[in-house]
This record gives sequence, structure tokens and C-alpha cells, in this order.
Amino acid sequence: MIDKLKLVSHVDAINWNRIEDEKDVEVWNRLTNNFWLPEKVPLSNDVQSWATLTPAEQLLTLRVFTGLTLLDTIQGTVGAVSLIPDAITPHEEAVYTNIAFMESVHAKSYSSIFSTLASTKEIDEAFRWSTENVNLQRKAEIIMKYYQGDDPLKRKVASVLLESFLFYSGFYLPMYFSSRARLTNTADLIRLIIRDEAVHGYYIGYKFQKGLEAASQERRDEIKDYTFNLMFELYENEIQYTQDLYDEHGLTEDVKKFLHYNANKALMNLGYEAMFPKTVTDVNPAILAALSPNADENHDFFSGSGSSYVIGKAVNTEDADWDF
Amino acid sequence: MADIVYFSSTSGNTHRFIEKLGRPAARIPIYARDEPLQVSEPYVLVVPTYGGGDNKGAVPKQVIKFLNDEQNRSLIRGVIGAGNTNFGTGYCLAGDIIAKKCKVPHMFRFEVFGTPDDVRIVHDGLESFWKQQP
Repeated sequence: MIDKLKLVSHVDAINWNRIEDEKDVEVWNRLTNNFWLPEKVPLSNDVQSWATLTPAEQLLTLRVFTGLTLLDTIQGTVGAVSLIPDAITPHEEAVYTNIAFMESVHAKSYSSIFSTLASTKEIDEAFRWSTENVNLQRKAEIIMKYYQGDDPLKRKVASVLLESFLFYSGFYLPMYFSSRARLTNTADLIRLIIRDEAVHGYYIGYKFQKGLEAASQERRDEIKDYTFNLMFELYENEIQYTQDLYDEHGLTEDVKKFLHYNANKALMNLGYEAMFPKTVTDVNPAILAALSPNADENHDFFSGSGSSYVIGKAVNTEDADWDF
Repeated sequence: MADIVYFSSTSGNTHRFIEKLGRPAARIPIYARDEPLQVSEPYVLVVPTYGGGDNKGAVPKQVIKFLNDEQNRSLIRGVIGAGNTNFGTGYCLAGDIIAKKCKVPHMFRFEVFGTPDDVRIVHDGLESFWKQQP
């Protein structure tokens, strides 16, 4: 099924003292500063919490995480690697190798969660489910097809939609549990994955936009059409996948809002305007708060709710004050 | 007169938000070789955070350099943060740090390059904010 992997035809020794695109260094530094391993997260503290979940919730959790494992495996083994031959700078190639490795760390970290919380039999059953669920398999097939195509810009689109959109039907669940003070250590680990994926989507989206700058208007129109068509194709499948998982828990509508919200940001990472209107992206505030403690507070100074803000006198500031 | 000062990296997301806002704005230069920006009127600073995690490195070094100029620092009246909630605790962290350090409000946050609603709120909000200023 997989064609022989294309490799770069020529390699020069990479010189990190001669930089063509500062973004490569910035993102490399960001990714290496953010580096983590699942062993650092005390997952075993969730064992008691796991026992309070209903059997249906436990099953849902295992299935959601096998689905995420599949996506991270694709991204580590095929997705990020497939971007390397398209790289414009040697430093961009290096960033993709970092991304590919980190995706493999993510994929492995779900197994850490499994082995901490579930029995071998339950784990095996969940993995079997993941190979048999039509909508999950279809999601993987769609993406794999584009990674094997011969268009570098289209590959980046597929990659960003995976990193910034397709994960979120799964990421919803640990955020939901976390908002109810359940599986909070698992949620901590998932938040690390979410943070990484956000940097990946940002960077690959940036490289996509760089590539598009040089393209003709005709080509830009073609790529834009392709992006929105792929988004619709993935979205329809994603809704069915979401129903498979969440219908019996009554959470499907809540998950859909989270999907819309993240689909918009995936498109924005690619430089396109948001597609879903505000009326369908009003994510449950508890989920947003679980995602980012800053997202929940009311920071809209302009709406008049900012009366509690106290504007003090500016203090003297030195370089050293900024902890840079 | 520019009542907005902003930083945007080569990815240009914040720049795009500012363009949509359609208000006079001055950009903090990206490269050290460029002429530093110095302002003479009160302004609101728009600053992105991309990828955070902890405080270290959240505020772009170009923005630090700009704010280390005493005159620039004395004229700041508020901060607007940009980022992505998927960065978790790092969401708009640079805005938090600057607001605290300069004792001005962190007025608003938006994601990536902002939705049309974000643009409208900030546009109208700044309009009335400046009217209320002495």
C-alpha cells in the first residue's frame, strides 16, 4: 500500500550558525523546551478515580485513546516524515524530525495510560475496536492518501488538519473528565500533547503559507478549494465518529461545538478565515477552562465587566526583570 | 497618531489582526538591525504568545527591548494578548506578564489572527477607551 518513501536527494551538513528562516530556530527551541516524557506524569494517582467511572465510561475512554494512538502513530511514522523532502531549509528538516519523534512519544504515552488503568484484555479489545471502527479507519485512510500524494502544499494541509482538528473529538473526553475532577493526571498528560500539537499545527501552517506566497493566483485558488473540500470530507466523517463514541453518553452536541471551534483554528493556522459561525463554536466554558486556565476568566475589559481592573502606576523595569 | 503598538513575528498572525482592525498602529521591528521603535503618545500593546509552557521566553525579546525604553514604558495603557487556548497555561502568557509588570489591564485575548467578532469588539472597545482617557 505504501509507495517507496521519497527521500531528500542531497544533504549538506546543517549549519545552525547560518539561519535562513528564524522561525525554524524559534520553533526548535520551543519544542525542545517543551520536551516531556509520560514517565514524568504520575498517572498511577488516577487509579482510584478510574474505579469511580462507570463501565461504559471506561470503555469510552479506552476507545478514545486507541483512536488518538492511531492518529499519533500515523503522524509519527508517516505524516511528519513525509514533510521532510518538501522542506525549504535544512533547519526545517530538523524540526520535522523533532515533530516525528514527539508524535511517537505521544503514541507511546497512551499505552502508559492503558497499562496504568486497564487490564491486558481490556486494552486488546479496545485496540481491536480501533481496527474495526469504520469511521476511525476512514479518517486514517483519508489522511494517509494525501500524505502519499505528490503535492507538498496539500500534504501540509492534511497535516495541519490532522494536528489541529482531527485529534479534538478525542481530546474532548479527558478535558470533560478533568472538569469534573476525574482522571486529572491523565488530563495533565493530554494537555502536554495538546500543547505540542498546537505548536506543530502553527509551524506547519506557517510553512504552508510561506509556500503559498510564491504560488500563482490560480494555484492558490486550487489549494483553497482543496483545503475546504478536505475539511468538509473530514468533518462529515468526524461527526459520525463522534456519534459512534459519544451518543450513548449524551455528549455529542457538546463535542461538536469543540470540533467546530478547533476546525476554525486549524483553518486559521493555514491562513484561512474561520468557517464555523460563533453560534456553533460556543464551547462549554468548563471544557475551555480545563484546556487553559486563562480561557475561562472574563478578560473582556471592553464589555464593561472590566470595572475590577485596577490600573496602577507603571514600575521601573530592567532587562533582568523579565526573566528572559 | 498610532494608538496601537504591536509585535508580530514572521508568521504575521498578529499583523493580520491589526490590518483587520484598521486603526493606526506601529510595529515593533523583528530584527535587531532595524531602527528601534520609540513612541511619544499613549498606546495599547498587542502581543502574541506562541507555544509557552512557562514564563521563560514568553515575552518576545523585541518587546522586552521596546519596553526597556523608559519613555515607551511610561506610555503603555493596556495590553491585548494573542495566542491559542491549546497552549494551556501559556495562552496569552506574554500579555499577563506585561500587564502585571507595567500595572496595566490585560484588556482582551484573541486566538491566532482573531475572528470578525474579536476585531469588532477590540475596534469599538479601543474607540471608547481612548475617549475616556484624560
